[in-house]
Amino acid sequence: MAGLTLERVNKRFGSTQVIDDVSMQIDNGEFIVFVGPSGCGKSTLLRLIAGLESITHGDLMIDDQRVNNLTPPERGIGMVFQSYALYPHMSVYDNIAFGLKLAKQEKQTVDERVRHTAKLLQLDGLLERLPKALSGGQRQRVAIGRAMAREPKILLFDEPLSNLDAALRVQTRNEIARLHERLGSTMIYVTHDQVEAMTLADRIVVLNAGHVEQIGTPRELYERPASRFVAGFIGSPKMNFIQVTAEADAEQGCRVEIPAVGQRALPLAFSAGSGSANEATLGVRPEHLIPTPSERGEGLEIVNVEYLGSEAYLYLERNDGELLVCRTQAPSPFQRGQRVTLDFDPLHGHLFDHDGRAVPPLERHAAPAAAQGATS
Amino acid sequence: MTLRRLKSIALTIGFWLLVGVLVLYAIFPFYYAIVTSLKPSSQLFEVSYWVDSLDFSNYVTVLSQPTFLAAIRNSVIVALSVVLIALLLGLTAAWALGRVRFRGRTTVMMIVLGVSMFPQVAVLSGLFEVIRTLDLYNSPGGLILSYTIFTLPFTVWILTTFMRQLPDELEEAAIVDGASPWVTLTKVFMPLLWPAMATTGLLAFIAAWNEFLFALTFTLTDSQRTVPVAIALISGGSQYELPWGPIMAASVIVTVPLVVLVVIFQRRIVSGLTAGAVKG
Repeated sequence: MAGLTLERVNKRFGSTQVIDDVSMQIDNGEFIVFVGPSGCGKSTLLRLIAGLESITHGDLMIDDQRVNNLTPPERGIGMVFQSYALYPHMSVYDNIAFGLKLAKQEKQTVDERVRHTAKLLQLDGLLERLPKALSGGQRQRVAIGRAMAREPKILLFDEPLSNLDAALRVQTRNEIARLHERLGSTMIYVTHDQVEAMTLADRIVVLNAGHVEQIGTPRELYERPASRFVAGFIGSPKMNFIQVTAEADAEQGCRVEIPAVGQRALPLAFSAGSGSANEATLGVRPEHLIPTPSERGEGLEIVNVEYLGSEAYLYLERNDGELLVCRTQAPSPFQRGQRVTLDFDPLHGHLFDHDGRAVPPLERHAAPAAAQGATS
Repeated sequence: MTLRRLKSIALTIGFWLLVGVLVLYAIFPFYYAIVTSLKPSSQLFEVSYWVDSLDFSNYVTVLSQPTFLAAIRNSVIVALSVVLIALLLGLTAAWALGRVRFRGRTTVMMIVLGVSMFPQVAVLSGLFEVIRTLDLYNSPGGLILSYTIFTLPFTVWILTTFMRQLPDELEEAAIVDGASPWVTLTKVFMPLLWPAMATTGLLAFIAAWNEFLFALTFTLTDSQRTVPVAIALISGGSQYELPWGPIMAASVIVTVPLVVLVVIFQRRIVSGLTAGAVKG
């Protein structure tokens, strides 16, 4: 078990900068999830930590020891690959034992470890089978078993659930969470699926185009996204974004002029810059939009209602053709074609400036979650 | 209805006729060699397509010649050595060319391919000098060296192609498990490349077993000859007599091991030639 520190880690393939000055501190026993759209560098970052790619410059420290030039086993990591990459000609037993044998362990120790690992992952009855005789979920467990048999300090997962079907994915997700609970080892997990990220992580690292957008607990990321990118990436359906003009207001924080809603005051420390800096983006989560049936045909038209059983999504068409999503309780009193006016609680409004950065809340309104995020 | 039936029958007959012609075309020379080898020398020049009586005198003649037995031994040594060396070098080269990224990889592949395009005769004199310099003239070593030169290009090419089809993550998993390149190659890749290795090994064996020109040029004494040369040099009682019977018997003897090998490895070859075509 070990803590991990990345200090200004860079990776370049030729002239392409894939990882750009990434720094972070991962504590012993933490479950960290790297999440981001495809091509954001999350897998590359994992491979840098694993030692499968070399770091162009910057430092990678495990337990305060610089490990840039060490091989994966010397770093004490185990890795689960996306395609599992089991050795197809070896039985489950040999797959799990391979790394142990290479580490020149006693035959008896190898046997004990393999059987212990297999028992932990409920692979007891399958030890003599070849990978091709296993189901997807079983292969997945063998891959995890192979990674943890050497009792590595850090376990890495590279999109391990993407080859499983939906039902198995939920089940395996649960198993991985329970495994982390039991082993208590540091785990780093890469996924593009935000549900996996939200459910598994102690802390999530959101990556975009090779740099870190935000690091925080799932709750921090959801409630206080640091940028428009994070706000749009975390949460389903996506946060609604509306172009607004904002103005600083000494008394209330700031005032924003919202098309089709009107003027609202937000408790955010907005400061107008030069030029077009009054332009800002207002972000409101679908569950924080409050629709009210309109009486005289003003407001927006409901173009679609999605009924999901426990809740319903209303899709409203704006004048510029963009859609707004609004989450309501089911059964919903609204119908397609109806016109509604919208409002929201100013406490749940997010404002992003010209560069997409979140406008911080006023001191007296700072949410506890955000305060915590600042210290950690 | 009957017309369609007739048509399908005609098509079936035509198909099997075509198969028959092809099989006859391919098998007949070998079949005729067997038939000839089983005739006593007095009946050699009577044309007949069936074996009337079994007469093994030709086989006895051939196998009682110590030079022929020595030739078989030489052939086995040379062919097996060529296969082993070619597979070892081919496998390691294929790992480098198929797995390691380095500048000039394509160039190396092209040069390897280019070397295999030279006709044997073109390099004969040069190679002769090399063999003389290395003091390998009239020894199996000279043949092993020269055959390996001609076997390696296709061994490397075929194995490289197969090596590239193995998923990258497999190698990375081995690296994470702590395997050195050599362990990865022997413990992970080699078992997966068996079909390809059987195929290339067999092709290398056949090439070395049947080669004539180098074997004739680089050996001098009967004791160092390989089978193809030995057969060509089987002589009769006088210069006007070509002993067709013993020659045919000898040919059959040296062809049978090849046929047996091909039959044994047949499944491997087929799976080797198509492996990786479909994701498994």
